[in-house]
Parts: sequence; structure tokens; C-alpha cells
Amino acid sequence: MTASKAMDRASGSGATRPEERLLALDVQDEHLTLTAAGTWAGERGRELDQLTSAPLGGISSPKIVDIDLRGVERLDMLGAWLLERLFRRYTVGGSKVRFVGLPERYRGLLEQVHDVNQQMPSPRSQTHRLLNAFEAFGRMGVGIKDAFLVFVSMLGMLGCAAARALRRPKEFRLTSVVHHLYRVGWQAVPIMLLITFLIGCIIAQQGIFHFRKFGADAYVVDMVGILVLREIGVLIVSIMVAGRSGSAYTAELGSMKMREEIDALRTMGFDPIDVLVLPRVIALLCALPVLAFMGSMAALYGGGLVAWLYGGMSPAIFIARLKEAISITHFEVGMIKAPFMALAIGMIACSEGLRVKGSAESLGLQTTTSVVKSIFVVIVLDGVFAMFFASIGM
Amino acid sequence: MAVTTEPEVIHVRDLVVGFGKQTVLDHLSLDVHRGEILGLVGASGGGKSVLLRSIIGLIPKRQGRIEVLGMDLDQTTDQTARSVGRRWGILFQLGALFSSLTVRENVQFPMRENLDLSESLLYELATAKLEIVGLSAEDGDKFPAELSGGMTKRAALARSLALDPEIVFLDEPTSGLDPIAAGEFDRLIRTLQQTLGLTVFMVTHDLDSLHTVCDRVAALADGRIVAAGSIESMLECEHPWVRAYFRGRRARMPVPRLN
Repeated sequence: MTASKAMDRASGSGATRPEERLLALDVQDEHLTLTAAGTWAGERGRELDQLTSAPLGGISSPKIVDIDLRGVERLDMLGAWLLERLFRRYTVGGSKVRFVGLPERYRGLLEQVHDVNQQMPSPRSQTHRLLNAFEAFGRMGVGIKDAFLVFVSMLGMLGCAAARALRRPKEFRLTSVVHHLYRVGWQAVPIMLLITFLIGCIIAQQGIFHFRKFGADAYVVDMVGILVLREIGVLIVSIMVAGRSGSAYTAELGSMKMREEIDALRTMGFDPIDVLVLPRVIALLCALPVLAFMGSMAALYGGGLVAWLYGGMSPAIFIARLKEAISITHFEVGMIKAPFMALAIGMIACSEGLRVKGSAESLGLQTTTSVVKSIFVVIVLDGVFAMFFASIGM
Repeated sequence: MAVTTEPEVIHVRDLVVGFGKQTVLDHLSLDVHRGEILGLVGASGGGKSVLLRSIIGLIPKRQGRIEVLGMDLDQTTDQTARSVGRRWGILFQLGALFSSLTVRENVQFPMRENLDLSESLLYELATAKLEIVGLSAEDGDKFPAELSGGMTKRAALARSLALDPEIVFLDEPTSGLDPIAAGEFDRLIRTLQQTLGLTVFMVTHDLDSLHTVCDRVAALADGRIVAAGSIESMLECEHPWVRAYFRGRRARMPVPRLN
């Protein structure tokens, strides 16, 4: 029985010699000869992969398999591995496999791939989709619990650090606080003023436009005054600070963690909470109320400007009505919230920063988490405060 | 090894590289022959890494010619430059493994981008390369942050070999390794160079590496190559820096060469 069958390469993929046969097959009785030729290298990877893994035809279990390599012009590790795979395939099938005409320069390469990939990966167990969903849900719950614990432990560590600083004021890092105050406070002033000014303008314009329909446009002053002082001023500024400074805190601490700077600090006997976290949080605690105050003023200014230019209400009347509409209580309600917001943002930003692991991806993930969490907590806190102040009648 | 008759794969002439007012490389010329391991030595901060980075095109040069694999990278199109880039592999000093990918994905990355391969073959090949550099298949699932210094070097070497390059650039491959691990790494480079037919351009400080694996040594001082040749010729060189380097107190008796 003589069967001759050629395994042609799949049709042209822009290669130079389309009729070149990479692997030819010849069967004589129990003797199978595979003739490899041409370029057995990476750029022909897919064809070679298909050729060597497809059922080769011929007879099912030949006694002797000769792999003829005389025609091979170039062999790289990919080619060598595919030859080795062919070798293993026939060896497992009970054949005796020989390499024939192996060019001397490729001998070492073939020997090297002979030992690799001895244990194949165990196929991944398929899990149930519904089960996966439940698992994800459960993990989310645990994640929320963990996040809460991290928050509480950070609060505790900060409290200890603050107590230490009070006991030994000399060790308190005032320079660091001032530096961060400059960054999160002073440098943030222009953008905060601009944003809150615009928000004030928009509230006033919307108020005038809609209140005018039932002749209540004078009450715009009440709305702008109360809304800005109680809620909008501090809320907008907190959200901006979370995005601007909280993310910076997380990224800074995270990259310090990645580069083992935090470990270095620890080994020198410093607590990173004392050195890095406390100054940052204190800077934020000082900066945010100031920014919230300035933001509220800018928003009132914007509201007044729009009331004058768009609503035709003169500044003198606006100020007079504002005096009647708002009391010091409204101002207090807004300002009391500011330090709490600052504490929440600072703590979340720093603890997320310290949770960064080795990779660049983890840094990005924690920074995102930090901003999202801070904004969420700021809004929740604002809601809690609203209920609290309402129930005590402020 | 009679390699000096082989054609040059890297050809540098009159290279001038500087930053601001400082000139780091001053009319430097250097040839690397096919199939050899060239060790480049020089003082810390003397411009070894700058030379390596200029050759691979990461630092712009002020003057001179650099030809790699017979192509002047300034004259060629982006397409050709990229195809040359596929024919070399680089082991950066700190590994430069992508931190968000596993070690196996790091090795697969160049193959995935440049070759058309099936997922299972990619897996097998990446594992093969990892095993060849002395890592295990399980190490492939780790992230770079979980590796030791020596493993990082090995993983980075596996990645630099991903596309079966003709030239491998090694920037201080044995720095930070203990002498035993460094010796193993040297042997590994030697074996790979022989089996894969690589040309190796190695920046190193390790006198043992120079003695054991390098076919030729080039000494960089004052911004130029002051001596190039076998390690024996280095020992005879009279340039003050080369003399201090190879015959100083830290230079011991030559270690037997690996072949």
C-alpha cells in the first residue's frame, strides 16, 4: 500500500513562494516520513500550527516516523516547538520518531525545547454563570464590610496620630502641613471660585426664569441665599476637592507604596500615618472650610450678578433682601459640615492610597475608587446632616 | 571563537550624543559582529546606557551614523524601523515588565502583537520561553510585583526573546544578583546565544561576566571607546581607566571561560 498525500499550506497570506510546502507526508507500509521545508518561524506561525495540529492523514499508528528536516531554511523557537510537539504526538501514539537531516546549527535549539512544556495546563473548570453572579454579589457585600473596616481603622490610626502629635507637639510636621495647605488650599482657590461662581449664576438664572411665571422672582434671593449657604457651597467644593486633591493624595501615597518608600519610612522608625497621612488630612481640614466659605461667597456674587443683569434687580435690593432671607444659622449649617467632609475625603484618599499594590493598574483602580467613594460619602454625609439639622430645627 | 570575520550587525560611527551643554558620547565608533557577545564596560554615569539607548533609538543623537542589521534607522520609514525592532530584544536594567500583566502575558505581548498565532500555541510558546530561561510554568501566572530580583531578570529575558530576535541588548543583566545567580545568568546567556545564534550586546559592570561569557569587551571612557578586543587585550591595555578597571584591586584572576 502506497499512499502519498501532501499537506499544502493554506492558500496565500502574502508569502513569497506560494507553492512552497512546509510539511509533506509520505507513507510506506508502517513507515511515515514527514518532510519539513522552508521557513519554520514565527511569521508562518498560524499555518505551521494548523499543519502540525491537524490530523495528518496516512495511517493511524505508524511504527517509525522520520521527520526530515533537510529542507528547513530557517528554524526558530516556534518552529522547534512545533516539531517537538509533532514528535511528542507520535511518541505518545507508540511510534518511534527520528529527526533526519537536522542541520547542525539547530541541534541545540531542538534539544532545548525537548524539555519544555512537560506538564500541560489543567483545563479551567467551567463554573456556573448563576453561581458566579451570586459569588460576585457576595464578594461585593464583603467588600463593603471591608471598606467600612478600613475607614474605621484609618479613623482610629488618625486619632492615635493626632493624640501623639498633641502630646509631643515638636514631632508634629508643621512644614508638611503648610506645604499641603498650599497645594490643596491656595492653589485650588481660582478653580473653586470659578466653579461656584458659575453654579451661583445658573441657580439664579433658573430661579428667575421659572419664578417669574408666577411673579415670585423676588424670592430668587431667598432660594440662592439658603441653597448656597446651606448646601451647594460646601457640597460643590467638597466634590471638587475630592476630585482634585483626594485623587492626588491617593496617587502620591500609592506610588510611594509601589516604590517601597512607605516600607522605607517604616524601617526608619516612622509611622507613615504620622508622616504622610496626618499632615495631609489636617491640611484638608483647614483648607476645605476656607474654600467652602470662599465658594459660597463666589456663588452669592454670581447669583447677585445674574439677578442684576438678567433679572433687573439692583445690587442694593439684592443685598437688602439677602439680609432678610438668610440668618447666621444657614451659614453655620453649611460651615459645620465642611470639616467633616474634609475628614472623610482625606481619610478615604489616604487609605485607598495605602492599599495600592505593585502594579500600575492597581494605582489607577485605587485612585478611581478613592474619588468615587469620597464623592459618595460626601453626598451621604450631606444627607445625614440635612436630616440632623432638620430635626434639631436649625 | 572566530567571529571577527563575520559581518557587523551593529555599526556605529562618529556618534555624538549629549544633553544640554553636556556631551556624553563624543565621536564614538563601535562595531558588533554577528554571533558574538560584546561586553561594554565604562564608569558609572559614563554613558554606557546612553550608548545602548541611542542604538535602539530611545535617545536622539546629534551626529554620526548608527546601523543596526544593515539599516540606518534614520533613513528608513517607520514601517522598516518597526520591522527592525522585531529583530532585537531588550532587557532593561529594572526589567520593565508591564506591571498589570502576568509574566506569561508579558512574554506573549510581543508575539500577540506581531505574529498571528492561536491562543493555545501562544500559551505553549510563552511557557517554553519561560522554562528556557529557568522559570516554571507556574511562575507565568505571577505578576511582576510578586517576583524576586533574579526572577524579574529572567522574565524580562524571556520577554526579550519572545520574537526570536537576532540581537539581544542587555543592560546590566547581572546587577543586583548574588554571584551564584549572576553566574547562572551568565551561563544562561551563553547557552541561549549558542543555541539561538544570538548576537548579544551587554552593558555590564560584572568582571566575572566579562571574563566568562564575553567574546569581546569594549571599554567606554571619556565619551568614546578607548579599547575593544578580547579580555586578554584589555589586561594589556595601557589606557589609565582601563588599567584601573581590569587591573585594580577588585579585578581578580581570570575565571575559566564558558564555552
